[in-house]
Amino acid sequence: MRHLSPRAVLTGIGELKPQRRTQGVTTMELLMRVSAEAMTDAAIAPDEVDGLLVAPQVGETPQHVPATVAEYFGMQPTMSNMVDLGGASGPGMIWRAAAAIAAGQCETVLCVIGNHRNDPAPRSPNRNPAREFDTPFGASGANTSYALLMQAHMDAYGCTAEDYASIAAGSRANAQLNEMAIFYGKPASVEDILASPMVASPLHLLEIVMPVAGADAVVVTTAERAKSAPHPPVYLLGAGEKITHRAVSQAPSLTSGPLKPSMERALSQAGMAVTDMDFLSFYDCYTIMVAATIEDAGLAKPGQFGAWLRDNGGMGPDARQPINTHGGQIGFGQPDLAGGMTHVVEAVRQIRGNAPNRQIKGCRTSLVTGNGATMSEAVALVLGGDA
Amino acid sequence: MTDYSTLEVPGPTITDLTAPFWEAVSEGRLIIQRCGSCGEAVFYPRALCPHCWADALKWEDASGHGRLKSFSEIWKPGHPGWLPVAPYCVGLVDLAEGPTMLSHIIPADRPVKIGAELVFAPTHAGGRVLPFFKISDQARSST
Ligand SMILES: [Zn+2]
Repeated sequence: MRHLSPRAVLTGIGELKPQRRTQGVTTMELLMRVSAEAMTDAAIAPDEVDGLLVAPQVGETPQHVPATVAEYFGMQPTMSNMVDLGGASGPGMIWRAAAAIAAGQCETVLCVIGNHRNDPAPRSPNRNPAREFDTPFGASGANTSYALLMQAHMDAYGCTAEDYASIAAGSRANAQLNEMAIFYGKPASVEDILASPMVASPLHLLEIVMPVAGADAVVVTTAERAKSAPHPPVYLLGAGEKITHRAVSQAPSLTSGPLKPSMERALSQAGMAVTDMDFLSFYDCYTIMVAATIEDAGLAKPGQFGAWLRDNGGMGPDARQPINTHGGQIGFGQPDLAGGMTHVVEAVRQIRGNAPNRQIKGCRTSLVTGNGATMSEAVALVLGGDA
Repeated sequence: MTDYSTLEVPGPTITDLTAPFWEAVSEGRLIIQRCGSCGEAVFYPRALCPHCWADALKWEDASGHGRLKSFSEIWKPGHPGWLPVAPYCVGLVDLAEGPTMLSHIIPADRPVKIGAELVFAPTHAGGRVLPFFKISDQARSST
């Protein structure tokens, strides 16, 4: 097996319980709480962290984000950066952390993302072309863009509304196994999902992630340093990234995205096939994203994701290849840009063998994906434990 | 016919570079950039050609014809100003010149379908003229 060399280890994880609203809590506070949890989990002291990767902050720190976070944390890293890949930012941090370690610039990197949801949570002013050539036509927001992707996919392959809704139902079913999930205690059937209000055809309300406040953190370090960690090691075995466009009007394809080459690269680096993956931790801002990812991964032919899911036995921990056991963002909630990191954190839990109530038997490998903007920014990771 | 003229919605954030496009639209014309070096048409307007990076983009009249690549009927608009006309249709217009443009699709008396032939339909909306499209009457058999 060909591994990235030297192998980096995901040695600590932290995750805050999603909340619909925060009252006066700053993003900086959430970031520090979740970082403390991840460092405790890794048994690494704050002064041992010499690398810091952060994400953009909505409505809080417009510039100098890494320095502001470092100062608040009382850290003086030798490497820091902001990873701005939308929902792919979390997975994008993991291989950048490994690369910084391999370059000899640091030994232990804290990757942290989160966001508050206070009233009002202002979005930063936007003067990019999307503001001039999408918004004036009534097409502001991600719902419209993903509805356009879903309609094109549905039309090209004749998939049914039930096929897509089965992904949301599977996510909700998994959320019943995760007390942290925003939809814990609230299952939803395919019928419930299709009966929910139409938001942007063919997209129903329950096929869309619920925005929440929250934060996720992962500590990445060297294999040597990880030897003294309390948990079994989870290695980064492969990574792939691709960025193709921003606005949906400029998408090279409406039915297949940059995750396809990203997943191919990650699997090739790991020397593995997608069918070797014990757990699929697939980014799910909308049901269409999981459908396209199943097909782009080569698990199913284009348009056949629905049949593949049925053959797979759904998405739960007992499925042939379980998907999004934490509930996915559709069941867990989407803590803004941290949404992508929830997929990394769940993969670490599963490979460690300590995913409460939902452990996949013998889980050694996971394909993790991150997706940003409108199927625009893609990161895929292959994570694995000791064989 | 839906009245868009009284809508209070965000308009385009026009720059010096894109001003000719919006001026033409206000006169009921659709113009597009074409590269004098590689010959490709470009949308949205840019400073340099994204295909060959030549500084050779020139405005020309567009045909005003296109084909619907995808669409969505918006029931819950991202901006509340659009609520009075919801549900309304937005779509991706595969312009005859090559590039894709997102636009508002004026409803027809039959279901919207991918592949439908579209024609430029400048429309008064929110205090300005916007480059909407409508489903062409000539091409009922296109889908
Ligand atoms: Zn050119």
